[in-house]
Amino acid sequence: MLELSPLLISLKTATAATAVAFFPGILAARWLAHTPGGRNRALADGLLIMPLLLPPTVIGFLLLLVFGNRGLLGRVLTEWGMPVVFTWPGAVIAAAVVTFPLMYRTARGAFEQVDPDLLDAARTMGATEWLVFRRVMLPLSWPGITAGIILSFARALGEFGATLMLAGNIPGKTQTMPIAIYFAVEGGKREVALFWTLLMIAVATFIVLALNYWSYRRHNNVTHGRVG
Amino acid sequence: MHRLHRYPSFFMLLLLLAAAGCAGRQAAPPAPQAPAPVSLTVSAAASLTDVLNELIAIYREKNPSVKISTNYAGSGALQRQIEEGAPADLFISAAPRHMDALQDRGLLLENTRVDLLGNSLVLVAREGIQGVNSFEELAADTVRKIALGEPESVPAGRYAKETLTYLGLWDRLKPKFVFAKDVRQVLTWVEGGDADAGLVYLTDAKTSPGVSVIAAAPSGSHKPILYPAAVIKNSAVADAAKDFLAFLSGTEAGAVFARYGFTVPAR
Repeated sequence: MLELSPLLISLKTATAATAVAFFPGILAARWLAHTPGGRNRALADGLLIMPLLLPPTVIGFLLLLVFGNRGLLGRVLTEWGMPVVFTWPGAVIAAAVVTFPLMYRTARGAFEQVDPDLLDAARTMGATEWLVFRRVMLPLSWPGITAGIILSFARALGEFGATLMLAGNIPGKTQTMPIAIYFAVEGGKREVALFWTLLMIAVATFIVLALNYWSYRRHNNVTHGRVG
Repeated sequence: MHRLHRYPSFFMLLLLLAAAGCAGRQAAPPAPQAPAPVSLTVSAAASLTDVLNELIAIYREKNPSVKISTNYAGSGALQRQIEEGAPADLFISAAPRHMDALQDRGLLLENTRVDLLGNSLVLVAREGIQGVNSFEELAADTVRKIALGEPESVPAGRYAKETLTYLGLWDRLKPKFVFAKDVRQVLTWVEGGDADAGLVYLTDAKTSPGVSVIAAAPSGSHKPILYPAAVIKNSAVADAAKDFLAFLSGTEAGAVFARYGFTVPAR
């Protein structure tokens, strides 16, 4: 009987990583979306999308330096009984870091599409910045934000290089589907690899369809609510 | 894939014709010339990169007309490339399995296969770490994570599993294992102290200044670690490939291999 733990671990990890990347992604996008331009903004943007530019193995290595035994943060966390390397939280961190730029950049694009006049209109009616963000900006950019969620989740589900470097390949604990597939192929176990690949395609297709459906419903509700 | 091999012979024929034409017209006495340039492609296991580059430099000094291109990768990937018809004249594998596969498919030139090298499996730990002095001490509570290659896909991991099983430690240590995709990753984890110990080849341990060798796997605890080499059947320059292989099997090359930590099997 084939061990099914990689499926559960993958779903858990991708969900958690998307959630972890979501809030900082939205905040960073909000921060950079309508601020006046300049060199600092470009620099911040470059740094934030860095995980997308670097190969995942490199990110994994950098994370290992930060969270590993050599890094200060890693040593402190281990001291507090929360080791990251070779643990499931490590897999979540790796996937979240790799995923973050997709969330941030997609959300930022969506925010920038919002007509600034609408935001100003809300402001002239006395709305606080937070209220403007929550009641005007966020609903109007919802399709873009769901796109970010879908992309992030998809990327997190497929994460391999950084995850393997930081969280290792521990069956039942950090072995995700991509890791199981890689080792099955390398080990010459074609049937196992094929099984996981087909399952992965099925799961990914289902989730992306479900997210799209949810986003569509949500978007319709929002627009109808606004119009009607 | 056959087309790839047809072109060189076609060009060779053209060259020959051209040469014959020139010779006929000029009828000059054949001056003592340097041997015609030969281009040799060697597909070798990635773990041989450093030592082979050094040996190629030595060989080229004596045989300047031979140009050697190298293709370093995992033995499994190289095997698949050769099966798909990728041009290679000499193949050096890090495990007999991959060579066996090519032999079974009749892709090797007969009587050229040799067990070129041997290697040994060692237990390593981070430089200066306390409390790990033997395989048995891996069971101690101070050792939390042990890194090894994934046994089904990484040959070093398979040997490690054999040794730990032989020592009766495999089941006991199982919760501590972290499986790497190659030996290099094992070393990365051990160098940083993220894994307390790891099992790698002696030659790899020697390349890493951050780890120290704790113990060698007891003899007979795993299958012999062998690096077979053979000339590929489709090679257009089989004689040059044989000559280079003979050089690699010789005593001069043996001394270089030994310096990198390889053993040279008795032939």
